[in-house]
Order: sequence, then structure tokens, then C-alpha cells
Amino acid sequence: MARTMTGAEMVIKALTDQGVEVLFGYPGGAVLPIYDEIYQQEKVRHILVRQEGGAVHAAEGYARSTGKVGVVLVTSGPGATNAVTGLTDALMDSIPVVCLTGQVPTHLIGNDAFQECDTVGITRPCTKHNWLVKNVDDLARVLHEAFYIAKSGRPGPVVVDIPKDIQFATGTYVGPGDIQIAHKSYRPKLKADQPVLQRAVDAMASAKRPLFYTGGGVINSGPKASQLLRELVRLTGFPITSTLMGLGAYPASDKQWLGMLGMHGTYEANMAMHGCDVMINIGARFDDRITGRIDAFSPGSTKIHVDIDPSSINKNVKVDMPVVGDATYVLEDMLRLWKARGTGPDKAAHKAWWKQIDQWRARDCLAYKSSGEVIMPQYALQRLHELTKNKDVYITTEVGQHQMWAAQFLKFEEPNRWMTSGGLGTMGYGLPAAIGTQLAHPKSLVIDVAGDASILMNIQEMSTAVQYRLPVKIFILNNQYMGMVRQWQQLLHGNRYSESYTESLPDFVKLAEAYGAIGMKCDKPADLDDAIKDMIDAKGPVIFDCRVASLANCFPMIPSGKAHNEMLLGDAVSEAEIEKAIGTEGKVLV
Amino acid sequence: MSEKPTGSAYFLEERKDAPERHTLSILVDNEPGVLSRIAGLLSGRGYNIDSLTVSETEHEKHLSRFTIVTTGTPMVLEQVKNQLERMVPVHRVVDLTVVGEPLERELALVKVAGTGEKRIEALRLAEIFRASVIDASTSHFVFEITGRSSKIEQFIAIMRDLGLVEISRTGIAAMARGGQGM
Repeated sequence: MARTMTGAEMVIKALTDQGVEVLFGYPGGAVLPIYDEIYQQEKVRHILVRQEGGAVHAAEGYARSTGKVGVVLVTSGPGATNAVTGLTDALMDSIPVVCLTGQVPTHLIGNDAFQECDTVGITRPCTKHNWLVKNVDDLARVLHEAFYIAKSGRPGPVVVDIPKDIQFATGTYVGPGDIQIAHKSYRPKLKADQPVLQRAVDAMASAKRPLFYTGGGVINSGPKASQLLRELVRLTGFPITSTLMGLGAYPASDKQWLGMLGMHGTYEANMAMHGCDVMINIGARFDDRITGRIDAFSPGSTKIHVDIDPSSINKNVKVDMPVVGDATYVLEDMLRLWKARGTGPDKAAHKAWWKQIDQWRARDCLAYKSSGEVIMPQYALQRLHELTKNKDVYITTEVGQHQMWAAQFLKFEEPNRWMTSGGLGTMGYGLPAAIGTQLAHPKSLVIDVAGDASILMNIQEMSTAVQYRLPVKIFILNNQYMGMVRQWQQLLHGNRYSESYTESLPDFVKLAEAYGAIGMKCDKPADLDDAIKDMIDAKGPVIFDCRVASLANCFPMIPSGKAHNEMLLGDAVSEAEIEKAIGTEGKVLV
Repeated sequence: MSEKPTGSAYFLEERKDAPERHTLSILVDNEPGVLSRIAGLLSGRGYNIDSLTVSETEHEKHLSRFTIVTTGTPMVLEQVKNQLERMVPVHRVVDLTVVGEPLERELALVKVAGTGEKRIEALRLAEIFRASVIDASTSHFVFEITGRSSKIEQFIAIMRDLGLVEISRTGIAAMARGGQGM
């Protein structure tokens, strides 16, 4: 039903019509009319962050843990430019985010006005799509279209840039309608072609050494995709590994689960990837952290690639059977076709394959040298897992060693429980993402596994957590280094730790207290369990300063430019071996 | 200098596949910024643009048609098409070179200055190339020439010795042969 109202009213009306409950934002001159509307309503809850970058990451955490669209409101100029990192992060990890930015009045656009920037120009390459609204009568349609684009197909961030005069202007509001059918050009293909699906299932059935390789696409497709995946994997009896973004789609406690693959993946997952004869990739994109050296990546396999985004297919790795479609629909079809087959898979071959995998597993690649004196970071995460595994827990991370250890040692049983910055690798993601997650799940335990360097990148959001009484737990693996940078310097740059040691870290306990939160510290393995329990039981937000061994390295590791069967394993690594493993050519890669 | 490693994700352009030159037709919504969206995607991902032309082709539907000539390995060309296709305002992308030998035409304005024998020779050659004179004085001509790029290249090469001053070219407009639209 069309109604007359101001642009600012339309924004709130469109958000409520889209079912938005939470909005992360920061006010400023160019969005004051919208903030005035926010003040006069109670349907949409506004969460005031402390920097716009935090707003986008919070929206990402909210979106990833719920499957809903995360919504952000920031002002023009610096408000918009601060949001750019978060938008890029959401683009790389395919997270649905609608970011509304204020803009200077239309007659001032291009005049270098105060707090003006070319928002649509700057955000064009880091959004799925963006709009500058120059006519108030277009505003409602664009807002609804923005939600449709953000959440359909391969999800992603969108920006709607709204000049201040448009917010004041009066125009006609239109409801969401049926934009899905009505959109003139963007209609992603959800159901895959049957012939290629049949060929894929035939290849799966005749496989002797099959492997499922799944990614964030399964999680983005919704909880049903994870259910279908579990059913298909169990029915086939195939082993399964997943990318960083795909953790939780398949339960880590299951015997068919091989752990994460890739640069810091498990030995068994990477060796299985190297040795498989049929690979079934569902919703992963052959990222360079996964493939390592491309021409030595899974060299002998027939590759099936299921992706909703045709541009992900044949981008890095040439595949044999591209299946374009949404994971839920494709898995449904695969299950149906698999069940319809009369003949079963080659049981003898599968038995031999599993025997081989069990040998790789026996290598116990995540083993580390334990210590009674200092807390090993791996031990800290093992204890964190043991003490939280029966709870309703959500994990976010920052970026670096702690993130990889978390992926290795925390076992995820359900999708949407793991929020991490995978594609862009944004330090500072974890705390705001935890805030967004906690808002969506007020009764759950939300833990940000952090590093001492990363946490400082968005530490100001502590203030947000305290203001909204969000009891997020920040579990800092504090080794006083930018651990991953230091590890690379050790492996690649002759132990020259250039600028990777943090000289003047704050006292995290006092820092927490300064924000009005709870500060805790632990540096003895024997005290750790009790300290973690105290952290879990604490009612408010906690910063837990877990002092860990300062020079621990994250293994296994596939050095850049190397193949999956050339991994470095923790216990076997000597300096000479490291020097040998990483040639001059590997050093130029990231 | 040691040789660059091959086979890493960082050196995909080192693949040995021979580059090919393809002509793409792209139908898009004629909305503000669409040109920079398309051009930005190509430059941002490191694809080549040999020629790019665009104009509104269906006024009532607000549709514009791009013709882009690009060079790359088959894998890169597939990426160019797929990346363009997934953009929100893009309706269709057709690789005309894959469909068949496309019809390609270009228009050029060629300014030639000179007197005497060279001037007469320029005019005579223009007639052979079916270029028409659209501006002239006693000491210059501006020729308008239409045709395939190779014909225009040849015409320009000849004019170089006959007092060529400047050239303006439209870039290629193309469509597939046969009775079907894109």
C-alpha cells in the first residue's frame, strides 16, 4: 500500500517491513533525520557502536549467527570510509549486510562539501551492489531491492547512499512486494541442471577414494543444507573435510570428519585431499589457503564443484563437473539420485581408503609439546573446549595464530556457531562480531577467542558491550607477539622479528575494569580450568588475559607454494628442515 | 634472479595457454555509474580491455549495450564472462567470438593535412576505402571511415605518409550473425 512520508520515515518503515529488529550504527550530520525517526519509534533497536568499522563487524556477527541480514547505519564521509573494511570483509565471506550511509545534500554532491566522499565510488568494488538515491520516490524500492540483493544468491554486503535532502523530502512509500520475481536482472539460479547432477552422482558412486570438501556456502544456504549434508555424508560413508568458513556444517565429533583442510589444516584432511579420486566440493571456492600449489592440488581427482556463483567455478582450479545451484537444492537432488541408484559403492575400495586415512590420523598432527610451567595456547583452547562443549556456545575470533588454533582445537557440532574473518583476514573482527552475536542470542555464551594484538584493533567496542550489558567473553591468548607474523618471520626471514613484538601492551585486567567490565588473568596451567569456569560464570563482559607460551608455532603448516603432501608437522620440525621446506620462491608468496 | 615459481595461485597468469581475443556483448540497465561498474570490475581483476563501447540501445526499457574486446587465456575469458554476468544491473553477456565469427564495425574520423600531390593522393585513396569527406579546406580533409578494425588500421597506416594529423575512433560495435537477437 502506497503512503506519503519523508525519506527518513521511509527508512524506518522499510526496515520494519523487512523484519529488521537490530540496527548497528553511529550518528552524524548527514543521517540526523534518520536518527530523529529512530528516537521516535520502538520497533527497531539501535545499537550505538564506538567506531563505524565495529558496526559492520557486529552486523556480520549478527548475520552469521542467525542467517538474517545485518543492518548498519553510518554517516557520510568518514562514517562511510570507516565502514569499508567491514564491507570488504562481508564481501569476501559472503555475509548479507545492508549498510545505509548518509550523504551530503544532492546539490552539494561533487563540491567537496564537509564530510563528503564518493561513497558509491569507494564502495563499488567492496559491495555486491550499491545505490545513490537521488529521488525520494525511488528510496523505498531501492531499500527493498537492497535487502533482496544482500540475501539472495551468493549473499553479500550492499550500500544505500542517502543524501540528507532526500531524508527530509516527502515521497511515496511502497512495500516490499514480490521483488524476488519482479527483479529485472538479478535472478540467481537455485536449482542445478539435472544431467550434470546425474553425472556427478554417478562419479560419486564409482569413486574408490572419495572426499567431501565443503565450505561456507553450505552454512549460507541455511540450516537445512547442513542437515542434508549430514544425511548424504552418512549415507555414502565418504570422509569429509571443510574450509575455515564451513566449520560446523558437519559435526566435528563424527567419525567421518577429518578436520579442517588447507594451510593449517590437519594432516589427514590434506593428505586425503591430495590422494582422493573424486572430490565433491560443496560451497567452497578453492581459495589459495586451501589449494596451496595449484598444479599439485589434488592432482588425480575428478572434481565436482557445487556453487551458487558461476564465477567461482573454474576461477582457480579447473573442475570436471560444475554444478551451479544453491547447496540446499543440490544436496536434495544428490540425495534423491543417490538413493535411486540400485548399485552400492565399491565397499572394498572404501575400506582400503579408510584404512589409509586412519594411518594418516594416527600421525596425530595436532600434537604439541605440553608444559607444566607455561600455558600452551593449544592447551588453553583444549580446556576452553572441554569446559564449554556442553553449553550453548558461539565462538568468534580475531585473526592470526589464535584463530587457526581455535579452528583446530574447538570442535563445532552445529552451523552458525563459528564467526571468523576468513577471506579478508581482518584483525579486530572478533569483538564487534561477538557483540552482534550476543545481541542475537542474549542467553547464550559468546566467546571471542582473541590475540593480544588483534583485540586492540577494535577494543573501543568494550564500551558498547558494557553499555548494552552484553556478557561477551574475550579470551585473549596473550603471547605479546603478533604471533602469525612472528611465525612467518621465524620461518621465512631468519628469526628477525621486525616490529612483531608489542612493547607496551596494556594491563588487560585494568583495561577491562576501566570499561566497567570484569578483568581476569591466568598464567599457570594448573589454574586455568578454574579461571575459565569463573569466566563462564561471570555475569557481565569479561576480558580474560590468558598468558601463553610466547614463541609457540601453529602447525601443521603447508608453506606457501607447496603441495598438500609437503606439510610441516609440529613435532618433526627443525630449523634445517624449515629452511629446506620453504625455498626462495615460497618467500614471495603470502 | 631466481625464476618465478609456477603453479601457485599467485602466478596464474603464467599458465601456458595461449591468449585469445574475444568480443563480448553485454546488455545492462542504463543506470548512473554502470560504465564505471563494468570498467572497474575489469580493471580491478586485472583483465584487459582492448576496446569498449557503450550506448543506450533500448530507450523505453533503459537498456544499454556494451561491446568489449578483451584478450586472455580461455580460463580468464570464462572468468570475465562469469564475473560480468553476476553483476546486479547486467541482464546478459554473450561471448560473440564463441557464438561464431561476429560482425564487427568501427567508425573513425581521420584528419589529414597537406597540399599538392599528397593531398590528391589522400583523396584518391579515401575513395578506394569508401571513406567520405566530412570537412575540408584547401589544406586539409577530415575523412569518415567505417569498417572492420583491420581496414581502418590499414587506412590510417597509408595516411601516415600523406599528412596524418589526428585520429578519433569509436571502438568496436558488434553483433552475432543470423536472425536471432542476444
